[in-house]
Amino acid sequence: MAAGRVVKVLSKTLPQAVPTMLGIVVLNFLLLKMLPGDVADTIAMEAGSATAESMAALRERLGLNLGLFDQVLVYLNNLIHLDLGKSARLGAPVTTLILGRLPDTLMLVLTALGFALVTGVLLGWIMSAFAGKWPDRLISVVLIFVYAMPGFWLGLMAIVLFSVKLGWLPSNGSASIGANYQGWAYFIDRLRYLVMPALALSLFYAAIYARLTRSAMLEVQQQDFMRTAAAKGLHPIVMQFRHALRNALIPVTTVAGMHLGNMLGGAMVIETVFGWPGMGSLALDSVINRDFAVLLGILLLSSLLVILANVIVDILQSWLDPRIELR
Amino acid sequence: MKTVPVLEVLDLAIGFPAARAVHGVSFEIHKGEMMALVGESGCGKSLTAFAIMRLLPPGARIQNGQVIFDGTDLATISPRELRRIRGNGISLILQEPMTSLNPVLTVGVQVAEIIRQHQNLSRAAAKARVLELFDLVGITEPHKRYDQYPHNFSGGMRQRVMIAMAVACNPALLIADEPTTALDVTIQAQVMDLLDKLRRELSMAVLLITHDLGVVAQWADRVAVMYAGRIVETAPVQKFFSAPQHPYSMGLLNSSVSNGEGAWHYTNHRLSEIKGSVASAAQATGCSFAPRCRHVIAPCHGGQPKLEAVEKGWLATCCRAQNQEERIHEFA
Repeated sequence: MAAGRVVKVLSKTLPQAVPTMLGIVVLNFLLLKMLPGDVADTIAMEAGSATAESMAALRERLGLNLGLFDQVLVYLNNLIHLDLGKSARLGAPVTTLILGRLPDTLMLVLTALGFALVTGVLLGWIMSAFAGKWPDRLISVVLIFVYAMPGFWLGLMAIVLFSVKLGWLPSNGSASIGANYQGWAYFIDRLRYLVMPALALSLFYAAIYARLTRSAMLEVQQQDFMRTAAAKGLHPIVMQFRHALRNALIPVTTVAGMHLGNMLGGAMVIETVFGWPGMGSLALDSVINRDFAVLLGILLLSSLLVILANVIVDILQSWLDPRIELR
Repeated sequence: MKTVPVLEVLDLAIGFPAARAVHGVSFEIHKGEMMALVGESGCGKSLTAFAIMRLLPPGARIQNGQVIFDGTDLATISPRELRRIRGNGISLILQEPMTSLNPVLTVGVQVAEIIRQHQNLSRAAAKARVLELFDLVGITEPHKRYDQYPHNFSGGMRQRVMIAMAVACNPALLIADEPTTALDVTIQAQVMDLLDKLRRELSMAVLLITHDLGVVAQWADRVAVMYAGRIVETAPVQKFFSAPQHPYSMGLLNSSVSNGEGAWHYTNHRLSEIKGSVASAAQATGCSFAPRCRHVIAPCHGGQPKLEAVEKGWLATCCRAQNQEERIHEFA
């Protein structure tokens, strides 16, 4: 049953994914080319001086002397051979650069998303259970506060409080360098670095999921089938868990799936604030240095991740809501 | 022979914070009896039904009275004891089969759930019982149907699932809130026939909430008419249809289509209506129906008349019905 669903979703999504990816690559390529300056300028600037001849030679070596259309074709041709090119500035293959950063970004984003979902749904559930009473209002006020606060600012304030004043948590990086922890010590060490950036990234989304769960739960409570469930003599907790929550989760998963892309973007800012060695800081560097091969690789991978997230959401939804017919 | 009623409702009053909606309703239902509670929208019949199981909508509260079932007052017992009765002693069928089943759970699970809640059965035994019930209520291919979702069922079939659920634990009383209103006419008859068959086989009492007098005439044993939060007349069905005593009952029958032999059909004649509209029950000082009554006399404005016997087992709140000389003989 479950495997059948996955196959159905994939067979529906994959044919759409290929043209989508192609469009994304071409569009991004053209957009980046519209920026003034190229990587040759950066290299020349870093070298301190350059003659017109050496610049021309550099551009020719980097393939920047070709027409725009030809550059796109070359890039696509390489892409078909799974070659994302080399970083003009760092010399390393783009794939190596990105794969070195991907695990850290994924850890940050997935932790943030997971935390946002669990806390959001839990808080929303509590709010709906106490709708209109003081717990509901109290949580509401806190949520508005969190929702209105930019994540990077929350992050900075957290650094001031927990790293600078209290000295409880490290403020920079994703692990203690050279500590060589093993087992639990390693896990705790990573966790200590992860807590603040993950929270700073997730609280905004947790607030959204809490409000969404609250309203969805309140709406479900009004449904006739909840009265049927009560008339069966079910315990209120069973009613909430088995009958209400699953219905309320349908809109939450839809929105959460769409948020994964946003979160990858948000991670760039948070990674910069916390010196987190992920794709975000890599992307930022490559924008500043016009290192387009790296940037394109990152954009390509992010769009792949978003498409993958959509597939997962589709599968989850078809499991949560059997009315969604998979064709 | 006087038997103990399955359910006895005594002076039940239900109110919202702003106003009282049901003013002291009393009635009883006996084993195997199908009693119909009829009245127009908003007269309090559904509230009364829900109050019996303490399933009132948010804001509504039982303000007075007792609901005696199996020797206990359901209005005051603990939630825990109440859960033992809900679905087990008393069960409920709702009006709208399209929304009264949970869309994300299979029907099999939803019916098995009530069995496992009240009977100590294994998963497999509960499933076997569900298949038996599906067969009983006329759901074909029960094995296949068990794993399907409500959206795979038609309205009539969903109502059969609801009925299977309702009778799963052999309840003493089944409350059916307009069980056929949302269904096609042809399906209505099938569903009512099924309910009728089941109440005889399982000797259940049925409280049927409806505004369909055709359904009442064909299937109910006794009828109670509600108007503006009060029972205005309660009578055995044959007597009610041949000589209703309360002017509101007469109005209801006059505005329905009948060939006089209990069968109902279409007509070209303009039907008569009850003049006016339901006045706010709070405004009436005398009989709450007096402002709309064609037969109003001086005493009608004196105070709300009590539900008193016209004959044995036949009560009405009309002051004219209670006085031989004043009787209205519209239907005689």
